[in-house]
Amino acid sequence: MNPQLSRRRFIKAVIASSVAAASSSGIHSALAQDRPRGAVERLISLNINGQTRRVDVSPQETLAHTLRYKLGLTGTKIGCNRGECGACTVIIDGVTNYSCSTLTHSVRTRAVQTVEGVQSADGSLHPVQQAFIDELSPQCGFCTPGQVMSAVALLQENPKPTRDEVRHAMAGNLCRCGAYDHYLNGVMRASGQNS
Amino acid sequence: MASFDVMPDVQLYQPVELDDALNLADELGDEGWLLGGGQDTYGWLKDRAKQPRAMIDLNGIEALHGISETNDGIEIGAATTLREIIRDERVNRDYSLLVEAAGRVASPQIRNVGTLGGNLSQDTRCWYYRRGLDCYRAGGNICYANGPESMNREHAVIGASRCVAVSPSDTATALVALEATMVARSVKGERTIAAEDFFVGPDTHITQMTSLKAGEILTAVRIPAKWAGKKFYFEKVADRDVWDFALVSIAVAMSMDGDTIGDSRFVCGGVACTPHRLTNVERAVRGKSLSEESAEAVAPMASEGTKPLNYNHFKLPLMENLVRRAMRG
Ligand SMILES: Cc1cc2nc3c(=O)[nH]c(=O)nc-3n(C[C@H](O)[C@H](O)[C@H](O)COP(=O)(O)OP(=O)(O)OC[C@H]3O[C@@H](n4cnc5c(N)ncnc54)[C@H](O)[C@@H]3O)c2cc1C
Ligand code: SF4
Ligand code: FES
Ligand code: FES
Repeated sequence: MNPQLSRRRFIKAVIASSVAAASSSGIHSALAQDRPRGAVERLISLNINGQTRRVDVSPQETLAHTLRYKLGLTGTKIGCNRGECGACTVIIDGVTNYSCSTLTHSVRTRAVQTVEGVQSADGSLHPVQQAFIDELSPQCGFCTPGQVMSAVALLQENPKPTRDEVRHAMAGNLCRCGAYDHYLNGVMRASGQNS
Repeated sequence: MASFDVMPDVQLYQPVELDDALNLADELGDEGWLLGGGQDTYGWLKDRAKQPRAMIDLNGIEALHGISETNDGIEIGAATTLREIIRDERVNRDYSLLVEAAGRVASPQIRNVGTLGGNLSQDTRCWYYRRGLDCYRAGGNICYANGPESMNREHAVIGASRCVAVSPSDTATALVALEATMVARSVKGERTIAAEDFFVGPDTHITQMTSLKAGEILTAVRIPAKWAGKKFYFEKVADRDVWDFALVSIAVAMSMDGDTIGDSRFVCGGVACTPHRLTNVERAVRGKSLSEESAEAVAPMASEGTKPLNYNHFKLPLMENLVRRAMRG
């Protein structure tokens, strides 16, 4: 057993501001022992774009909400808030997620990358961003941050994808302007291949 | 009915030990809500159509993760993501049927976090019910999907009883075809359930899609060696290739003896409240080979016994054509 886990062998309850499911059972007495009752572990540290951010997060809060309304990272868009559009796509530990459908408390120990974190330290654009400009990929631009994140994650894993692989990897990002082919061209260009 | 931008107030537990999760599930009973990837969950909560008091997040429990070999096939932990299953070498080699089905679920981002346990235990997509109406499935006394003006294009064509909703899970059809066994745990102990009995229809239990009881957690799915590396066919017909649920799908496993079919399992998704086995087709294909001729002979049997609603007659030729395509080889 992972020692880190066994040290954490108690229930990490994130208790809503109101009342805990207080009872005299083993779980809750364990809880009371490890976490004084009512002590709400709401103030947590998140690793966002390589920086540690301290933030007060309610138990049920989604990552999209935390990013936009608590951390000011409004590059992540909320389109449907239902897992049906991809505008809110972020990268968590290298994998794309819908941040509207991710609890912030579930990413406490993980590395989150948003569209604000893809450019390099000197401010130059990520090859995907530059290629999207060169290929005039966006039309209205609302879906663009999500498209960027899906493309960045794909190229990290598969630097020279085929056009069909790109199509599949980007399939979870809806574009109401229908600019799909232009985004595909952008990803092919970013991967150094002719689009 | 209003739709909200934010999640409702609900408590969250993140246990790291299965025993702790089982105790919580037992204590909270109906007021607790197990959380896998949450991709079915958050819609329910945001709509306030289901109002649990607390979520029990299963993702931190190591024992529920991973794919391992058993002495009769493989075992997949319930919190294993669809992404992990799709990329697993052994599952690809032996049970590509499951890989194909899991690969057609929702979208890449949803497969990245959606768990096998959550995919199998997800609730039906009937929109009357999902919007919080007090229909039979919600404990009420009426079915909104089966009246003269009801929109029931996506609903059941067979096996309905008052409720005409369909099973939404793509992996469910594949796992019934593969004769999987579900492992469920509660504070009282462990029990195993054949995949076919895991999914329940409205005649058995109108407010549940599975035979899991309150306080039980699906811990693993076992797939027997019997079907490893056999001949498989999977196809899902949906309005769009991404996000949309199956209008009709088919998962087929066939044990071939040279050119002829021996044992087989033909399972349709999107047509009934549970994955629907075409036992008449399974009997008829025994001893046949995969060919245009046998495809023509058995395809019409696929829709036997169906009772379409106002708007879903189109599912009958889809069922037949999917069997036809599976039989062409
Ligand atoms: C836009 C959209 C499109 C979708 N399209 C498809 C599709 O095409 N095909 C498809 O099959 N599904 C689809 N889904 C449904 C579903 O979200 C995914 O299938 C996903 O795999 C569900 O897994 P999850 O772990 O996220 O579920 P969760 O939301 O975490 O759980 C779903 C249900 O299962 C219960 N549960 C979870 N884990 C366990 C367990 N171990 N034991 C007992 N109960 C458990 C939960 O309490 C909950 O009731 C779609 C969802 C969305 C939002
Ligand atoms: S089909 Fe079932 S879930 Fe849908 S309205 Fe009728 S009873 Fe409710
Ligand atoms: S806002 Fe998250 S998928 Fe649409
Ligand atoms: S560019 Fe307008 S939604 Fe994609």
